[in-house]
Amino acid sequence: MKEFLMLIRGGQEKYDSVSPEGMQKHMEHWQQWMGSLAQEDKLVGGQPLMNEGSTMTEGGKKVTDRPFAEGKELVGGYLLIKADSLVHATEIAKDCPSFEYDCSVEVREIAPMD
Amino acid sequence: MEPKDHIDNTINHLFRQESGKMVAVLIKIFGTENIELAEDVVQDALVSALETWKYRGMPDNPRAWLYRTARNKAIDIIRRKKHSKTIDFSDPERKLLTSEYTLASTMKDFWKEQHIQDDFLAMMYACCHPDISQENQITFILKSLCGFSTKEVAKSFLTSEDTISKRLYRTKEYFRKHKIRPSIPFPEEIGVRTSSVLSAIYLMFNEGYNSTHDDQLIRKDLISQSMWLCKSLLDSERTQLPEVYALMSLMCFHTARINSRITEQGALILLPDQDRSTWDTKLIALGSNYLNQAAFGDALTTYHLEAAIAYQHCTVLSYETTNWKEILKYYDLLLNIDKDPIVYLNRCLILLELYGPEEALEAIEEIRDHKILNKYYLYHAILGEIHERLIQPHIAVEYYQQAIQLTQSKPEQHCLQQKIARILN
Repeated sequence: MKEFLMLIRGGQEKYDSVSPEGMQKHMEHWQQWMGSLAQEDKLVGGQPLMNEGSTMTEGGKKVTDRPFAEGKELVGGYLLIKADSLVHATEIAKDCPSFEYDCSVEVREIAPMD
Repeated sequence: MEPKDHIDNTINHLFRQESGKMVAVLIKIFGTENIELAEDVVQDALVSALETWKYRGMPDNPRAWLYRTARNKAIDIIRRKKHSKTIDFSDPERKLLTSEYTLASTMKDFWKEQHIQDDFLAMMYACCHPDISQENQITFILKSLCGFSTKEVAKSFLTSEDTISKRLYRTKEYFRKHKIRPSIPFPEEIGVRTSSVLSAIYLMFNEGYNSTHDDQLIRKDLISQSMWLCKSLLDSERTQLPEVYALMSLMCFHTARINSRITEQGALILLPDQDRSTWDTKLIALGSNYLNQAAFGDALTTYHLEAAIAYQHCTVLSYETTNWKEILKYYDLLLNIDKDPIVYLNRCLILLELYGPEEALEAIEEIRDHKILNKYYLYHAILGEIHERLIQPHIAVEYYQQAIQLTQSKPEQHCLQQKIARILN
């Protein structure tokens, strides 16, 4: 088993216009999807992120009071999962509820540093 | 009634009914290693309720308000302890509590009506685990599932709060050490496991029913709580066993007579002298109903037989018309199940009614010098009764006096003193 990071980007537009019922449904999908991952012992963890943030550049000397990324590029959350291979991890990521909000999901393996 | 009184009463009632369920759900959330944490959250929720309702009045649905408050407090605790080792998040059920994606909805799931009921029953079975002594079982049930304060539990057992705290600590340690996961037993073992739950409930009931207590409130509480626990078992399909109906029936019959057993001054009134018009006919009807429902399957338990005996007493119009022959049959069946000396002793009383003092004396000879019975007041009281009827007043008085020495209960002592006075005058 290897570990993979899923970076979820975008989705803000749809997210802002969704009805409370729609939101409720969406959260239930997260619940089901992550629940099944937890049951299969494939879930390490994961969190949604706030939009506000700071960006540090120039060796940490310069701090900008916002993330550089806009809209579609903004990371809205992440997940750490266990999978056998990148193909397997991608297969798992296909069911991520964030696609309901037109997000993009990037799947990357954790690199062992020898 | 002042609004504040109304709130206090509602809270008290709500607390008794709901705190155990909330504790059960929270133990499921935090794990049996964190029973205190669960109890603290419930306490907090109740304090919040008191404070808020005092100013804003009662909400439309106090129960829902209480559950929501407990749920939100639990969410705060999970967020605070997410990275500590206190809660075991490796469990798939709890894993989802660590992510904000799923924390709120997982929490909601935990508080679904069906889950609440199941968790409560599961906790009852966990409390009555055979490895936990019966004293500790009941102590824990009263404290955690029935919302008794340590002080009230101490009063129930006529012991010190310190003793109760020690008992609670031992039980919690047991849960912690063995990481017990409360669950409703599988069908193949539910019978055995339910019998320990029933025996704890019946013991609790007797603690309230027997007149050792001066404290009327505690007694009524113990009775209503044991009936409520039994009713909880009947409300779930998995635990609707014949013996559960039988115990419920038995408790209804006993409770129906409760107000006729004691005078205003707290003196005991014996069955022949009880005013049958004060018996609660509704409860008797309810008891009969439960007894009918207990008659499925092939289980004939002591509860069935005791309920059948109580039914005989409750459904005849006068002491004189009691069907002693029928009752004797049930006693014989009881002794077939278990050679309980106390049951044997009570059977002697039936013989006394049915065949007179010589028969009863002959039967009681069989258990003379029995270690336990010698210390039991009723044994000496019955011997007194037998000798009184044999017109041997001096021997009778001696036995009665011995019986007085052996009981702590003032009403029982008083009752025996009256018997002596009756002989000597």
